[in-house]
Amino acid sequence: MATSAQKQAKSFSHRHLLSTEKLTVPEIEFLLDLADKNADSPPQAEKKRQALRGRTHINLFFESSTRTQASFELAAKRLGADVMNMNVATSSVTKGETLVDTAITLNAMRPDIIVVRHHAAGAVELLSQKVDCSVINAGDGAHQHPTQALLDALTIRRAKGRIAGLSVAICGDILHSRVARSNIDVLNTMGARVRLIAPSTLLPARPERLGVEVFTDMWKGIEGVDVVMMLRLQRERMESSYVPSVREYFHFFGLDHEKLARAKPDALVMHPGPMNRGVEIASTIADDPRSVIREQVEMGVAVRMAVLEALAMNLPRPETNKS
Amino acid sequence: MSPNPAATPRKPTGPTAFINARLIDPETNRDEPGGLYVVDGVIADLGAHLRRNAPDGASVVDCKGRVLCPGLVDAQVFTGEPGYEHRETLKTASHSAAAGGVTTMIVMPDTDPVIDQVSLVDFIQRRARDNAIVHVHTMAAVTKGLKGEEMTEVGLLKRAGAVAFSNGKTSVANTRVMKNALLYGRDFGALIVHHTEDPYLAGSGAMNSGEVATRLGLPGISKVAEIIMIERDVRLVEMTGGRYHAATISCPESLGIIRQARARGLHVTCGVSINHLTLNENDIGSYRTFLKVRPPLRKEDDRAAMVNAVANGEIDTIVSSHDPQDADVKRRPFAEAADGAVGLETLLAAALRLYHSGEVALPTLLRPLTVNPAKLFGLPGGRLQKGAPADVILVDLDEPWVVNKDLLRSRSKNSPFDEAKMQGRVLRTLVDGETVFEFAPGR
Repeated sequence: MATSAQKQAKSFSHRHLLSTEKLTVPEIEFLLDLADKNADSPPQAEKKRQALRGRTHINLFFESSTRTQASFELAAKRLGADVMNMNVATSSVTKGETLVDTAITLNAMRPDIIVVRHHAAGAVELLSQKVDCSVINAGDGAHQHPTQALLDALTIRRAKGRIAGLSVAICGDILHSRVARSNIDVLNTMGARVRLIAPSTLLPARPERLGVEVFTDMWKGIEGVDVVMMLRLQRERMESSYVPSVREYFHFFGLDHEKLARAKPDALVMHPGPMNRGVEIASTIADDPRSVIREQVEMGVAVRMAVLEALAMNLPRPETNKS
Repeated sequence: MSPNPAATPRKPTGPTAFINARLIDPETNRDEPGGLYVVDGVIADLGAHLRRNAPDGASVVDCKGRVLCPGLVDAQVFTGEPGYEHRETLKTASHSAAAGGVTTMIVMPDTDPVIDQVSLVDFIQRRARDNAIVHVHTMAAVTKGLKGEEMTEVGLLKRAGAVAFSNGKTSVANTRVMKNALLYGRDFGALIVHHTEDPYLAGSGAMNSGEVATRLGLPGISKVAEIIMIERDVRLVEMTGGRYHAATISCPESLGIIRQARARGLHVTCGVSINHLTLNENDIGSYRTFLKVRPPLRKEDDRAAMVNAVANGEIDTIVSSHDPQDADVKRRPFAEAADGAVGLETLLAAALRLYHSGEVALPTLLRPLTVNPAKLFGLPGGRLQKGAPADVILVDLDEPWVVNKDLLRSRSKNSPFDEAKMQGRVLRTLVDGETVFEFAPGR
């Protein structure tokens, strides 16, 4: 099996998907190609495909999520998996169980894939060390959100035909953003030029070490870019004195027509959602033809199916599992 | 912003030549006999060639050999507008300024409401335009309500015209908030002006801690409260790359920290109030509340060190720290009385004490009173140069007089210099070429 995998130019041979940091160009292309096919086939046509039939898929979300959890659930169901959503609010976690004990308990139920979101950076990796199944990181603190970066890459590739050579501006709360970190990895690996735009208070230390250009002036940072990726600004940031007010933030860092006019005329506008209209993005731009925010959601399901398929290829066969 | 011509009686405008003057420009070190020619509110020409000869058609003012220098730029003026108009308005403060030779005053955000929103910056600018006879610029609060908790809209306030950001008479005790203010402000090139006193260490102190406080039985404020805050702030400036000005320092230890910070290339400047250059804690005598100020008046050694720092050019701004307080809050037991002293009208005369004592040369003394604050806050005045606004004062360096608080133009009379002998006074003050003050004997 190892030899056949090596023969393929593109493959994905990991047990988990925890981070985008070490993904290679062939691995990313393999996942995006797979996702492309999923996106092009109508969901009804091959409903309940066989890739995950008989597999147990657990969504373990310690942080509330609507679209990511729904997207994973839909992807897994379209591939024929049995899906269980763990509602953390009513689970033993709120009764004081540690993350490791939760992992050991879940592992005893012998799932095949666990999708985890947790508010603490590194939590998903810790959990992955304690289970025998595949683990997908659906967001850990301000660290990583790999499937978001992959769906963003797919959206860009489908709209622009390529990723290499494009100039992509990621704007907003970089400091607290796992989406930004995963996107920087994937876009850099794929040969795009990444710019970060944020007030200094919303930038992590030494951002330039991530291989990006950093701007604190959005009018300059957005100049001539092919893609504008906006990040969500949480309202709590005002109270913690990262930025003074919604009004000021929108004025200097919100995407409005005046600032967007400085990007390339055919620039894509992206947002991982959920959007704060009038905070980081003008309402009319969210609904503009240049906006691919709706496509991003659609690509989310396609990419998550691709990731599940790829991981399933590496899972032990259910038959051998039993013996 | 330019003052409103209608707000005050003005001499008729038209090209005016000031001849037979001693011209002093602290920026270029000019100090020579000469004349100065004002056209349309701007210094059109100056120099030795105008000493005797006025250009044709100009009205002529003979300066009789007296000093003609840039009007003062006072970077720390508290008024009572809005909220405490019974203490001072922009109008009364501006008349006090004009009489003291101050042609530009920077007013502080400690008002009611606090100047922490764009609309309030607009309010100050509009009121100043309509009522003030000198240039008025405003600092905005760096935290909402000066509470030290949430940053204000630094970007929008700066666009609206705030020349700097300050937490007024209080320090931002929360280190994280201060860090974010410096960091965020850096993106906008905003200058953070900080009152430096650790509020927990200062506690309810009423004067400098030491022998005098002990004898008077008053709770003391150690200068360590200031030193700690400046040390902290300098570390934050180093971390963030922000622009920082310590509003009023009062002891050599603070200066030492600032000196080291500058040696490391940090954008750190400092000011000192005229009170801390000319008074010390002994002047409090028997509980004179007009000498209760923040930071508190220190020991004579500290005062002498501050004067020495001015002489060395290490002090960027000398401010009046004009802070009008009415009798209701001053005529109280010392510890319960309000802080603050008026100072616009006595600023120059008090500063000239350092010149008359031989401690500080005149251009060196004038620099932190004129061009340095003008540069620090990005203002055009403070220079005696061609093309500069004709914000100019005519000064008799030697005229002796005695301060009488009842004759001060300020609405409040809490002067620490009441009954003090002064040497040197402002004879005429020009703002944008127009005479806004002219000394009349008997006033």
